[in-house]
Amino acid sequence: MKQVLRCILILSAVWGFSAKSELRIEVTKGVDNAVRVAVVPFEWHGRGKLHQEIAEIVNSDLRLSGRFHALPVEQMLSLPNRVDEIFFRDWRLLNIDYLVIGSLESTGQGIKLQFELINVFKQSVEASLTIVGGEHEIRDMSHYVSDVVFEKLTGIEGAFSTQIMYITATGPDNERLFRLNIADADGHRVNTIMESKEPLLSATWSPDGEKVAYVSFEKDSRPAIYIQELGTGRKQQITDFSGLNSAPAFSPDGEQLALVLSKDGNPEIYILDLQTRRLRRITHHYGIDTEPSWTADGKAIIFTSNRGGKPQIYQMRLEDFRIERLTFEGDYNAKASLLPDGSGLVMVHRRNGIFHISYLDLKYGRLTVLTETSLDESPSVAPNGSMLIYATQLRDKGILGAVSIDGGVKFNLPSSEGDVREPAWSPKKRRVFKPILEDPVPQRAEGSSKTGIN
Amino acid sequence: MGKTNIRGLFVVGLTAILLAGCASNEPDNGPGMDPGTQAPSGAAEPVEKPKPTPEPVKPMVDRGKIVVPLDELGASETLTGIFHFDFDQAIVKRAGHAELNKHAQVLSTNSRLRVRLEGHADERGTREYNLALGERRANAIRAYLVAQGVSRSQVEVISYGEEKPVNSGHSESSWAQNRRVEVVYR
Repeated sequence: MKQVLRCILILSAVWGFSAKSELRIEVTKGVDNAVRVAVVPFEWHGRGKLHQEIAEIVNSDLRLSGRFHALPVEQMLSLPNRVDEIFFRDWRLLNIDYLVIGSLESTGQGIKLQFELINVFKQSVEASLTIVGGEHEIRDMSHYVSDVVFEKLTGIEGAFSTQIMYITATGPDNERLFRLNIADADGHRVNTIMESKEPLLSATWSPDGEKVAYVSFEKDSRPAIYIQELGTGRKQQITDFSGLNSAPAFSPDGEQLALVLSKDGNPEIYILDLQTRRLRRITHHYGIDTEPSWTADGKAIIFTSNRGGKPQIYQMRLEDFRIERLTFEGDYNAKASLLPDGSGLVMVHRRNGIFHISYLDLKYGRLTVLTETSLDESPSVAPNGSMLIYATQLRDKGILGAVSIDGGVKFNLPSSEGDVREPAWSPKKRRVFKPILEDPVPQRAEGSSKTGIN
Repeated sequence: MGKTNIRGLFVVGLTAILLAGCASNEPDNGPGMDPGTQAPSGAAEPVEKPKPTPEPVKPMVDRGKIVVPLDELGASETLTGIFHFDFDQAIVKRAGHAELNKHAQVLSTNSRLRVRLEGHADERGTREYNLALGERRANAIRAYLVAQGVSRSQVEVISYGEEKPVNSGHSESSWAQNRRVEVVYR
């Protein structure tokens, strides 16, 4: 066992690979009643570099969410930075529902960002927050502003501060180069954490967002599961069995790894305790059992099996190994994962011979096809449970697409080079800011009504 | 037709073994023979049956493919190393049986040969399921070979799922080419 599970520690310097081509977001479907927002360039108090990009990033975040219409700066009639500088008539004239204004200040150690979200119609301040971040954290601070605005206006937690991990394959068929990348949710700040000439797949996050597990064929062109720490780049080989070493999935507490091995002759699901290295087999069937994922409480495993003749989704309770079939519609349902609240699952579903991403409502058993693209695979749900990202094909190239669980918003994230595939939405935000409590009483705008939205 | 092929191959295989045996003895006689003197004797009587062949005639591995000698005159055949499958299926097609029989023959009569069966799937469906499917296909080919007398220890199975397509197109014909097992000799 020790020998089989022998760990190879490689201090890889891969974390430092130069930034690769970024993903570009193209909204293909937005909501019909998009909220009209104006993000006014923030005022800068201090010396040194002017951080003009904040408003641009917030603007772009909101626009790309498909739920907002963001007013371009050149169409603004005035550029207020404080509440008392706002001429509401200007904004009503432009049909703006909400206004984001703010200012930046150098504190010596970092940057203090203060911003307000204003309801133009009610002339009220919906949010007024101050955060402090480092000089290099301008993007993180911008995404924080976007998250706050998004949550205030939609009631859904923003996902602009999260990240997306994905795999790219570039080069000709016989000389492909595989890369594992992590980028901001808006496609910027791409970091390659691993690259190989052999296939690389099934990358998945640990629940704390500090590690990733993946399958790589780098050693003798054979599959093995690796876990890599993002902070240090340290990589550890976890499995080295004959046959498949596939589909790793961290348990919600991060202590166990569900995986697929065929060492006993057939693809079966196992659970590996990452501390004790104890391995236990949980499925026993001559069919294919694969693609395990966990329920939020860690008490059950959802998996794909063709034990009924065709691939369908099953759930196994770990307490007594009781198995229940979850999907009955269609002859190909695979790679399911649950929404954070467990109310439904997303999966790959074949309809009329075409592979789409579908949502299955587990309470009512209703299946909804979410995508119109074909060859769709690898759905991954955002931590806020409202969007999912997946891999598809566009003009003979592998690209990422995203769709809201209600189907109302759709966008693509094409890359300038190669095939992009297997997106995995990070479980955590890249950087969390704690707002500073300054003036507990938010300033009230001229005129004013007390009620907030939501 | 399959039967005669098998028998024919059996003869070829036997010949190969016999010839291989001869070849291994050759170094003993080799130094004593002078090619210079032998040539004229051959020229004097063209119809004479050939002397022991100078080249060892046994299956040869060439870039993963196996080249099987057909006769002692040097004719040979490179065996097809690719077997195709239907969508979401791991059943060895009848069309491939004859060729697989040849592989089985070569492997069972040359126990030092090793093959790697590389299973593949088309791009449709999920990657992990396709890895499992690729393995099933390679296992099916292995089971066929083992049933024909090949030792399991000669055969290694690996699946690449949909990660290594031979045709990167997205049409039915590209997919058909990609659903395959490649027999790679090492």
